[in-house]
Order: sequence, then C-alpha cells, then structure tokens
Amino acid sequence: MTHNVRKIFSSVMVAATFFCAIAAIVPLISILIYLISKGLGSINLDFFTHLPKPVGEEGGGMANAIAGTLLLVGMACLWAIPVGVLGGIYVAEFGNRKLGSIIRFTADVLTGVPSIVIGIFAYTLLVLPMKSFSAISGAFALGFMLIPTVLRTTEEMVKLVPTTLREAALALGISRFRTTFSIVLKTAMSGIMTGILLAIARVAGETAPLLFTAFGNRWWSHSLNEPIAALPLQIFAYAIAPYDDWHRQAWAGALVLIAIVFGLTLTSRLLTKSKYQVHH
Amino acid sequence: MITASNVQKTGNFQKEVRSDTGMGEKQIRIKVNRLNAFFGPMQVLKEINLNIYTQQVTAIIGPSGCGKSTFIRCLNRMHELVPHARVEGNVLLDGEDIYRNSVDLIELRRKVGMVFQRPNPFPTLSVYDNVAAGLKLTGMTRKSILDEVVEASLKRAALWDEVKDKLNRPGMSLSGGQQQRLCIARALAVNPEVVLFDEPCSALDPISTGKIEELIHELKKNYTLVIVTHNMQQAARVSDYTSYFYLGNMVEFGETKKIFTTPDKKETEDYITGRFG
Repeated sequence: MTHNVRKIFSSVMVAATFFCAIAAIVPLISILIYLISKGLGSINLDFFTHLPKPVGEEGGGMANAIAGTLLLVGMACLWAIPVGVLGGIYVAEFGNRKLGSIIRFTADVLTGVPSIVIGIFAYTLLVLPMKSFSAISGAFALGFMLIPTVLRTTEEMVKLVPTTLREAALALGISRFRTTFSIVLKTAMSGIMTGILLAIARVAGETAPLLFTAFGNRWWSHSLNEPIAALPLQIFAYAIAPYDDWHRQAWAGALVLIAIVFGLTLTSRLLTKSKYQVHH
Repeated sequence: MITASNVQKTGNFQKEVRSDTGMGEKQIRIKVNRLNAFFGPMQVLKEINLNIYTQQVTAIIGPSGCGKSTFIRCLNRMHELVPHARVEGNVLLDGEDIYRNSVDLIELRRKVGMVFQRPNPFPTLSVYDNVAAGLKLTGMTRKSILDEVVEASLKRAALWDEVKDKLNRPGMSLSGGQQQRLCIARALAVNPEVVLFDEPCSALDPISTGKIEELIHELKKNYTLVIVTHNMQQAARVSDYTSYFYLGNMVEFGETKKIFTTPDKKETEDYITGRFG
C-alpha cells in the first residue's frame, strides 16, 4: 500500500519538475519565435547599411546603431577586460586574505547594482564635466558593468590551476611574471574567455546605462565626444514611437541584438571545448 | 636573460661530460649546514647537517611527515613559496650559500632542477613545448637550439622513442609514466647540475616505476641526484647514500649499503626492518 503511494508520489514529482523545466524555456523559445516572425521581414541589406529615415519616409536602417553598439562594447572591453583580468589575477595569486575578500565582496555587490545606477554614476563622473553625452561615457558605463564579472571569473579560473603547475614552472627557473602569464593564465584561458564572452553578451543588450551617457543619435557620430547611437537605445526609441514602420524596425533591431548575444554565447561554448583544455 | 655563454653551454648539451674526481674521495656538491625549516610556528626540520656528493644518488627515507619533502624543497628554495614558511641555516652549493641575499633564484633553480610527486606537465602545451618551456620562457627562441635540446633531453629521459612521432600532441595525452619522464626531460632541458626527485614514483604503476629507477641509474653519470622516497626497497635499489629522517631530525646518514645492513642507530634499524613506520 505505502509502496504504491510512494510510487505515485514519485511520478507526480517527476512530472512536476518536468513541467517546471519546460516552463523555464518556454519564454525564451517564444521570444525567439516572436522576434523572428516580427523582425525577419524588415531585415534586408538596407537595414545594415543605411541611416534611419526621417519620420514619414519608409525604409532606412540602423547602420549607425549597429556600429555604435559594436564600438561602445569594443571600447568597454578595451579598458574593462584588462582591469578585470589583472584584478582577478591579483586577488587569486598575490592578494592577502583580508584584501582579497574585500575586493571579492565589492565585486559581488557591484554585480548586483542596478544598471541605471551605473548610468547615473557615469553621467555624474563624465557627462557633466564634459558637458556632453558621449561614446566615452557610454563605454565607461558598460565597462563598469563588465569588470566585476570578468574579475570574479578570472579569479575562480586562476584558482582552479593546480599549485603544482606553478611550482613546476618556478622550479625550471621561470620568473614569477612568466609563470603567471605564460603558464597559469594560459591554462585558465578558456574558462576566462567564456566568462568574458558571457559578460559581453550581457552588457551588449544593456539600455539603462546608455540612456544618459551614449544618449543615442539619429546620424553617424564624428567623434567619441558626441552622443552615439546604440541598438538598445534605438529599439527603445522606435518601440515607443507611434509609427508602424518604426515598430517593424524595432523588431528587426531586437532580432539583430539577440543574434549578436546568441553568437557570443555560442562562441564561448565552442571555446570551452578547445583541445588543450584542463579537465576539472 | 640568455647570454652568449649560456647559448654556448646549451649548444654543447650533448657533448658535455662531467668528470668524476676519482674513486676514493667523493666531491661534495651540496653541503647542508644546521638547516632549520618552519611552517609558521611549527618547526619541521631541526639542525640538519648533510653532504650530497657529486654524481651520486642520495636517498632520503623516513615515515610520512618526517620532513623529507621539506628538506629537498629547501635545496632549491621552493620551501619558502608556501605562505609563512621560512628557513634558517646554510645550504652551500659548490661552496656558495644559496640563502645569501644576493642569490639569483632563477639561476639557482636552473642549476637545481626538480621532479615532483605527481606528473605535472603543462596542460596547455604540447610534448615539445613542455620540454622546451624552461628555455622558451626564459628567452631562448632559436628553433635549431630548441630542437636539439628537446631531442637530447627526451633521449636522456628515455622517452624519445615513444614520443618522437607525437611531439605536437598535448603533453597530457601521454600515460602517467610517460608524463613523469616528460617532466624529467623538462627538468633536464635547462641543463641542471643537481636534480631533486620528490617521491617521483608514488603515483606510478610498478612497470613505470621500474623505468624511472633505471633512468635514475643512467642519469647519475651526469647529474647529482637526490631522491625522496617512501619506499625503502627503492632507496636500496637506486641510491649510493641514504639518510633516514624522523620527526624533522636527521637520524642517520651513510652509504646505502651500510645503512641497510649495519646501521649505527637503533631507530634506523627498526624502521628499515619494518618494526616501525
């Protein structure tokens, strides 16, 4: 009797976990399907090569926004990845326990700070003194969001490298510097790259930190001190506008943005399968 | 930094033969003088005095935790890498104290190489690059010299025939015993005078162990070897001198033959005959 009850209970629980697992992926899949059905129709060569058309005119594209997003993310990586990776190495390899745990804690808190707050921070620090919205302030805000993730991933990956490898290198008369960069970092590299790509994928779609830093621009920007277009901003502006054509363009922009994020995630997956990977 | 003389030295890798000073009088390569070692407040080595003779194999035996690994890690200053670890006393390598302030650690560790308990090839590097790592990462990039050194080192480590067709495969793709010989080749590639073995066979099967022991016999012609081992039979098989350590003290040191047949100390005899440890 009790045996049967237990069997029934087990089946019910397995079914429940199954439906919850399905429920978790349903939104993602429906978003993808919806985006493709709504956005694919508006994607053509013009979308990637033309500037937005003035109100009332059909057609045009988001070339400036796509380039803007790539530039903003690229500039963010340029300053934030070295900071994050070197910081992670310091915490994992050289930091004493107290300082290490303070940095770790701060990084974890920073990960949870709402992105709009980061935007305000960049606004106060760069936009106000420069008296202009700019690509620089946008890249600063995005980079600020990258650092904690990159730092923590680097730390975790560097810590996974066995001590015996460091000792083997030092015992060969290899300097601490070369040991850290050519042996330890190289061994941890595939894991660090994965973390970096996932972090980039996350910030590429951020809108809030760009609202009052990059600000958006309907034309090409001619310098890094000018407001610059970005895909999420353009999508936001077009989505809340009252024109059907703009709505279609917003869907197309969203599809392109998802494709970029998807591509980065996929690349990180492939990287972790590299042939010289450490097996944990 | 690679200087001209270093290149010369590496280039002459194969030709180099170190001469023995004669049958009776053995030359001292390393003289350990009142060595004390600590982990924080805990003293793990007490007043060790020991001579290590040129082109001889010196075995360090003793039960777990007796300080034998710490001892050899003091000989290339690896002990101090552990946080809060420190050393007192002198270790003279060819008459010069390796603990004096002006000593260049990189130079020292190239002279005194080390092979670890578990095979630890660099996982991101190929067989070739594992052997070449010590030279490449200290600035030697001449392909012709690297090729020559890699081949010579792998031959000395009795691994060349097994890997000559897969030099570009990952070092980790080799078997455990091959990996350990790869690590020996890697240590030999920087042309050391002394090679320290920290229980080199404890993670290996008996056949691989046999190969490493044969290799140690072979290497003794050109290098001064120190081997830490758990295995007394191994010490008896491979070494010329044996030292018995217990609880951080060096109990006895002497020719292996004598230690294993007529030791002076009762404790040594008890350990060797298996009554203890």
